[in-house]
Amino acid sequence: MTTVFRPYEESEALRSDRSAGDRQRHREKLRRSLRENIADIIAEESIIGRDGDKIVKVPIRGIKEYKFVYGDNEGGVGTGDGDTKPGQIIGQAGDGEPQPGQGRAGSEPGVDYYETEISVDELIEIMFEDLELPDMERKVLREVMSDSTFKRRGYRKRGPRVHLDRKRTAKARIRRMIASDTDTAELRQNLQGEPEKPEDRFPYRREDLTYKRVITDVREESNAVVMCIMDTSGSMDRMKKYLARSFFFLLYQFVLTRYQNVELVFIGHHTEAKEVTEEDFFHKGESGGTMISSGYKKALEIIEDRFHPELWNIYAFHCSDGDNFDSDNDATIRAARELCEVCNLFGYGEIKPLGSHYYESSMLERFRAVDAKNFHSVLIERREDVYPSFRSVLSKERAEAG
Amino acid sequence: MTNWTLDELARWDDRIQEKVREFGLDCYPQEFEVCDQNAMLGYMAYHGMPSHYPHWSFGKAFEKTKTMYDHGVSGLPYEMVINSDPCLAYLMRDNSLCLQVLTIAHVYGHNDFFKKNFNFATGTRATDTISTFKARADRVRRYQEDPSISATAVEDWLDSCHALSFSRSKNPSVPRLSHEAQLRRAMEAAEPPEDPFPLLSRKPEPPEPDLLRVPVEPDEDLLLFIRDHRRDLEDWQRDILTIVDDEARYFIPQIETKIMNEGWASFWHHKIMNALDLPQELHLEFLVRHNQVVCPHPRSINPYHLGFVLWHEIEKKFGGADTPEGRRKMFEVRESDRDTSFLRRFLDARTMQAVDMFSYAQRGEHYVVDEIADEGWEDIKAKLLRQTGTASMPVIKIHDADYGGTRGLYLVHEHEGRDLEVTHAEKTLGHLRHLWGGKVWLRCSLRGKPTLLCSGPDGFDAKLIN
Repeated sequence: MTTVFRPYEESEALRSDRSAGDRQRHREKLRRSLRENIADIIAEESIIGRDGDKIVKVPIRGIKEYKFVYGDNEGGVGTGDGDTKPGQIIGQAGDGEPQPGQGRAGSEPGVDYYETEISVDELIEIMFEDLELPDMERKVLREVMSDSTFKRRGYRKRGPRVHLDRKRTAKARIRRMIASDTDTAELRQNLQGEPEKPEDRFPYRREDLTYKRVITDVREESNAVVMCIMDTSGSMDRMKKYLARSFFFLLYQFVLTRYQNVELVFIGHHTEAKEVTEEDFFHKGESGGTMISSGYKKALEIIEDRFHPELWNIYAFHCSDGDNFDSDNDATIRAARELCEVCNLFGYGEIKPLGSHYYESSMLERFRAVDAKNFHSVLIERREDVYPSFRSVLSKERAEAG
Repeated sequence: MTNWTLDELARWDDRIQEKVREFGLDCYPQEFEVCDQNAMLGYMAYHGMPSHYPHWSFGKAFEKTKTMYDHGVSGLPYEMVINSDPCLAYLMRDNSLCLQVLTIAHVYGHNDFFKKNFNFATGTRATDTISTFKARADRVRRYQEDPSISATAVEDWLDSCHALSFSRSKNPSVPRLSHEAQLRRAMEAAEPPEDPFPLLSRKPEPPEPDLLRVPVEPDEDLLLFIRDHRRDLEDWQRDILTIVDDEARYFIPQIETKIMNEGWASFWHHKIMNALDLPQELHLEFLVRHNQVVCPHPRSINPYHLGFVLWHEIEKKFGGADTPEGRRKMFEVRESDRDTSFLRRFLDARTMQAVDMFSYAQRGEHYVVDEIADEGWEDIKAKLLRQTGTASMPVIKIHDADYGGTRGLYLVHEHEGRDLEVTHAEKTLGHLRHLWGGKVWLRCSLRGKPTLLCSGPDGFDAKLIN
C-alpha cells in the first residue's frame, strides 16, 4: 500500500479562493433580505441619528434553506459528568447551536437567524437604492466643489508607481518581443524547466512602462437645503417627536446621498416660529397653542434670506399633529402654496399615534386645497409607518406620475 | 509554527501502516494533502470535495464556519477524510507533529470503515467519487454559463432541488424500481395465491390492481420521480435533478454511520498510537488531544465519545480486549451495521449509566434534564434512536401524480409520532411546486388532526380533513 503526501503549496493557496463566488452570491442574497426587512430595522430607535460610519448590528432573517423536518421540539439526548439529576438545568434556550460535528447533519430545523454588522451609511444606501429625488434639477451653483474627484484621461510614459497600467505595459513588452523575433516557443519551453535562468527571460524595459494619466476632475455641484419644520407646542409629546425625528432623519440622509453639500435648517413653531438648533428642535418642548402658518412664514423668510431658489435645491418638510387654530387655516394654506413654488419638494407629515386621528383635528383634509404636484402629505401612526410613508413621498413612480 | 517535515510524516506513516496491517484493517490507498485554514474551510463548505458545483449555500456554509472559527466558538477539525478510492484526507499545515500523527492514525480508521461498511459498499462507488463530483461540477458550470439558460434559473432550480434532496429513499442497497417493474410487481401481487383445494373452496374474486395510477407504488424518491414523470423539463433541469439526488445518495451512508465511523476511527487511533511507542513528550500531548476529541458534550451526543465507548464495550463483551474473538465481532459489526442498529444492539442500560446519558427538553427559557439513565433508559434510548441518522428525517411519499385529474402531485407524510414543522413544510412545498410545475398537496397530521397542505398558484393553504 502506498501513501501519497502532497505538500502545502503557497501559490496554490493564494490562487484558490474557490468559495469567493458563492460567498458573494450569499452576501447579495443577504442584502436583498436586508432590504425586505428594512422597515423593521429603521423602526429601531438606535439607528436614527447615528453617525454614518457607526456600525450597527442588525438582526435579519438569514437566507434559510428549507427542508421537510420534524417540528415538535422534543429536546435531545446528552451525556453528563456522572451526577446529572432530573430537573437539572443544563443550558439557556437559544445560547448557540450544538458544536459542529456533533449535530445531526441536515436534519434539524436550525436557527438561521443572522445578526449582520453594517454601517449606517451602507444601510442608508440600501434603503434609498431605488428612490429618486423628485424634481432633482441641477440648479446653478453657488459653491464649486473642486479637487474632490479624479478622472483618467489618457496615458503617459512617466508617473507614480500606483498609476502603472499593467495590462498596457505587458502588451508593450509582448509587442517588443514579437518584433524582436525571439523564438517564443523555445522561450516557453525553457521557462518550464526550473530553475529559471536569466537568459530565458525576456525582461521589461523602461519604454514598456505605461502609466495612466490622472487629472483632478473639477465637478460642479449643486447644493441642497433641508428645512425641517416642526410643531413644538405642548401637544407634541415624546413619541410624536420621535416619529417626526425619524422622518427628518431619513429625509436628510437621503438628500445627503444625492448632493455633496447639504445644509439643515430647523424651525420650531407654536404660535410663533423661530430657527433653533437641532438639540432644541428635538428636545425642548414648549407649551401653548399652534399656528402653523408662522412656521411656514419663517421658512419663507429664511429661504429669501439665505437660500435663493435659483441656487439651492430646497426640500421642506413639516411635521405636526394636525392641531391648528381654526383662524390660522387660510393663512396656512396660502403659505404652503408659496412654499411649493420655491421648493423642489414640500411635504407634510401628520403624526397621530395609533387611533387618535378619530377624535383629534387634522390638517390632512385641508391640505387638499394645496394643489401642487411637488406637495405630498402622509399620515404616520406608528414607527413602522415612517419608512413606507417616506418612500411614498419620494418613490420614483410617484415622481414620474406627478 | 510547524515542528515537522513531510519526510518525518512519511516515516510515521510507515510505522502506522505497519500497525494498520497488524491489526487487520483493510484500507484503500491513502492520499494526504497539507492545507491551510482557508483551504480547510473551503473543503468543509464543499463537503470535502476538491471539485464541486457552485451554489450560494456553500458560500453561506463557508461564512458560518469561518465566523465560528474566527470567534473561537469552534475549532477546525484536525482532519477531513472523504470516502473515495484512493482515500483523500486533508491535514492542517499549522498542526503540531503529534496532531499530524494522531490524525494520520485516525484517518486509516475512517479509510477502513469506508471500504468495509456495507452502507458505503452498496451506496457509493469510491473509485469514481472524485471524478464524478468534478464532472457534475463542470456540467452545472456549463449550464450557468449558457446564455439560453441563465445563471439565475440554474440557481433557482438548485435551490428547489436542495430543499428536497433528502426526500428520497434512505437505503441505497434497495434498488429503485422502474415504472414497468412496479407494474409487473403489482400484477404479480394481484394473482390469486395457489389454491391447494380448488374443488372445495369458492374462487376468490382477485382485487384488480390500479395499473393506471402513477406511481403504481408510493414513491419516496421525489427528485427522481419528477425527473421521470414531468414531461416538459429541459435537459439541464433533468440533469440537475439527477445530480442533486446522486449527491444526497452519496452522503446518506455518512449520515447513517456517524457514531460508528467516528468511534471506529477513534478506537483505532487510540490503539495505534499506544502501540507506536511514542516518545514521552508526544505521548503526553497525544493523551491530551485524545481526551479532547472523545470527551462528552453536555447537550448533544459526541459521536467520537459514544462510538469510542461502544466499540470498547463490544470488544470487551465478545471476548475481551485485544482477543481474536473480540476483534472478529468488531469487524463483523463494522461491516453490517448502521448507527441505528448499532445503538439498538449494543447500547445497554449499563453503558448508558456509565456515560451518564440523559434526555432533556426545553422548559421555558431553559433546557432541563427530564430523565436519566438510572430510571428512564428505555425512553432515552428510544429518543436517541429517533434522532439518529436518517431516522431524524420525515418519510414522505408520492401517492398520486394526477390528483384531482389535474396533474396535481399528492404526497403523504408517514406519521410516526412527530409532526412536521409547518413553516418548513410550506416553503418546501413551494419548492416542490416549482419542480413539479403544478399544484402539490401533502397529507400529514398536525396535533393529532389529519391535515391537507396545499401549495398552488394562490399560495399556501392548510385545511383539516376527515
